[in-house]
Amino acid sequence: MIYMEDMVITEQAQIANEIFRIKLSGHSIPKNARAGQFVHLQVPGHLLRRPISVCSIDRKKRVISLVYRISGKGTVKISRLPEGATVNVLGPLGNGFPIFDMEPGQKALLVGGGIGVPPLYELARQLRKRGIDVTTILGFKTKHEVFYEREFSRIGSTFVTTDDGSFGEKGLVTDFIKIRNFPFDRLYACGPEPMLRALNEMFPGKNLYFSLEERMACGIGACYACVKRTGTGVVKVCTDGPVFHSGGIRL
Amino acid sequence: MNRLAVSLPGLDLKNPVMPASGCFGFGREFARLYDLNQLGAIIIKATTLEPRIGNPTPRVAETPGGMLNAIGLQNPGLDKVLTEELPWLEQFSVPIIANIAGSTLEEYVEVARRISTAPNVHALEVNISCPNVKEGGVAFGSVPATARKVTEHVKMVSKVPVYVKLSPNVTDITEIARAVEAGGADGLSLINTITGMTIDLATGKPLLGNRTGGLSGPAIKPIAIRMVYEVSQVVSIPIIGVGGIQSAEDVLEFIYAGASAVAVGTANFTDPFICPKIINDLEPLLDEYGIDRLEDCIGRSWK
Repeated sequence: MIYMEDMVITEQAQIANEIFRIKLSGHSIPKNARAGQFVHLQVPGHLLRRPISVCSIDRKKRVISLVYRISGKGTVKISRLPEGATVNVLGPLGNGFPIFDMEPGQKALLVGGGIGVPPLYELARQLRKRGIDVTTILGFKTKHEVFYEREFSRIGSTFVTTDDGSFGEKGLVTDFIKIRNFPFDRLYACGPEPMLRALNEMFPGKNLYFSLEERMACGIGACYACVKRTGTGVVKVCTDGPVFHSGGIRL
Repeated sequence: MNRLAVSLPGLDLKNPVMPASGCFGFGREFARLYDLNQLGAIIIKATTLEPRIGNPTPRVAETPGGMLNAIGLQNPGLDKVLTEELPWLEQFSVPIIANIAGSTLEEYVEVARRISTAPNVHALEVNISCPNVKEGGVAFGSVPATARKVTEHVKMVSKVPVYVKLSPNVTDITEIARAVEAGGADGLSLINTITGMTIDLATGKPLLGNRTGGLSGPAIKPIAIRMVYEVSQVVSIPIIGVGGIQSAEDVLEFIYAGASAVAVGTANFTDPFICPKIINDLEPLLDEYGIDRLEDCIGRSWK
């Protein structure tokens, strides 16, 4: 079910360079959202909504948190909305990460790059709850952009890389994975496409799930804006995804 | 008495509000959100003879008061629309207007001939105004003689009334409108999107994969109103008004300008519940302005 509701901002905080976290209190959306889904936020004075992935879900308190990067006029406006204000939200949207086909004791490797990190957090929490062994590798440009390293550390082994070596290991997440060779039953990743492409080449035929991003309009599958090519045709990121098996899409 | 009812060739509508082609897919996404029976009619996404995968991404960009799109007529092709999409829509008692497009005259004719036999297709909307494809589309809609020719050929084979969707990207839209009327069109839809461009400052290059796109949304409403106003005075066939409609007030404005019904496009992306919302707001709006029947208001701005 997709809901449209006015949600109350209970927190608005900058957590890293150009990275903000907003917590939204509501009813049906927090109740029904799953890891890997996204919500579509109405920005005052803008025609198109902004799709932002769900970072964590508190079903009991009916609160979701979103972590987003300032990347244009719309996100600047979102970041200036004060606590206590309401924002119109459409969601939950998209398919979310497959979780329930994983067995307790299995190993999941989570790989996040920059603003691709947030959706992996709720995923890590849910996997951990099911008794799955979670290892997380997070990549950022510099130490000023690092976020949620401590939060992931509480769930499982967590490693951080930065392009300039100012925090954690120097280099790209994919270089680090090559060196360290983490065993996994399934890999979940979200981040820039070059990172996803590199992972795809590193682990041909393995069980990889990627969460993708594309410019969107409606968010519900009607406008055909956010498409990705597959071997045979096109898929919509908003409704066929945003999570795809690596074999199903052409990166 | 249904104060919102309007009557057009092939279309006895309980209200004048229909989602515009390309902004509603084939209805499936919105059927999960509300009962489609509330709608006056549904205009389905442009259908071509063969499946089309559309343009490269990015396909949309927000602009002040509007958006640019260059989807490129992505659709599953006529066979699938006939065997899957239209039969699925039969569960609703809402007339369907089939938007058709093509790269050649023959393609328009073939799609028109076959899709017009579907039981729930009450009218065709001939898309000679898509700005986002290299062949066909607006190439057929910018020269009066060509627009007339497409209309005549589609009319020859169609089992249902034919509406022609006009492009605003012309010097004089009334000239095209008259040509299409002379070609036998039963009605007109106007306007399609206005060709535009936005450039990404980070790269210095056009943002859209197709470079240019069609501008829609409230930014184009005054242009659409002006064109409906002009065209409705020189033709005697009814007009479906399209362009930036977001509210019941906008609907009334189009009706006053000379439209007999309206199509809501981009606003469906801002608020997926916008069509039923507008429909519910219409009667109170008629009360507010002391209007008995919406149909009495058609063209009041110039009558």
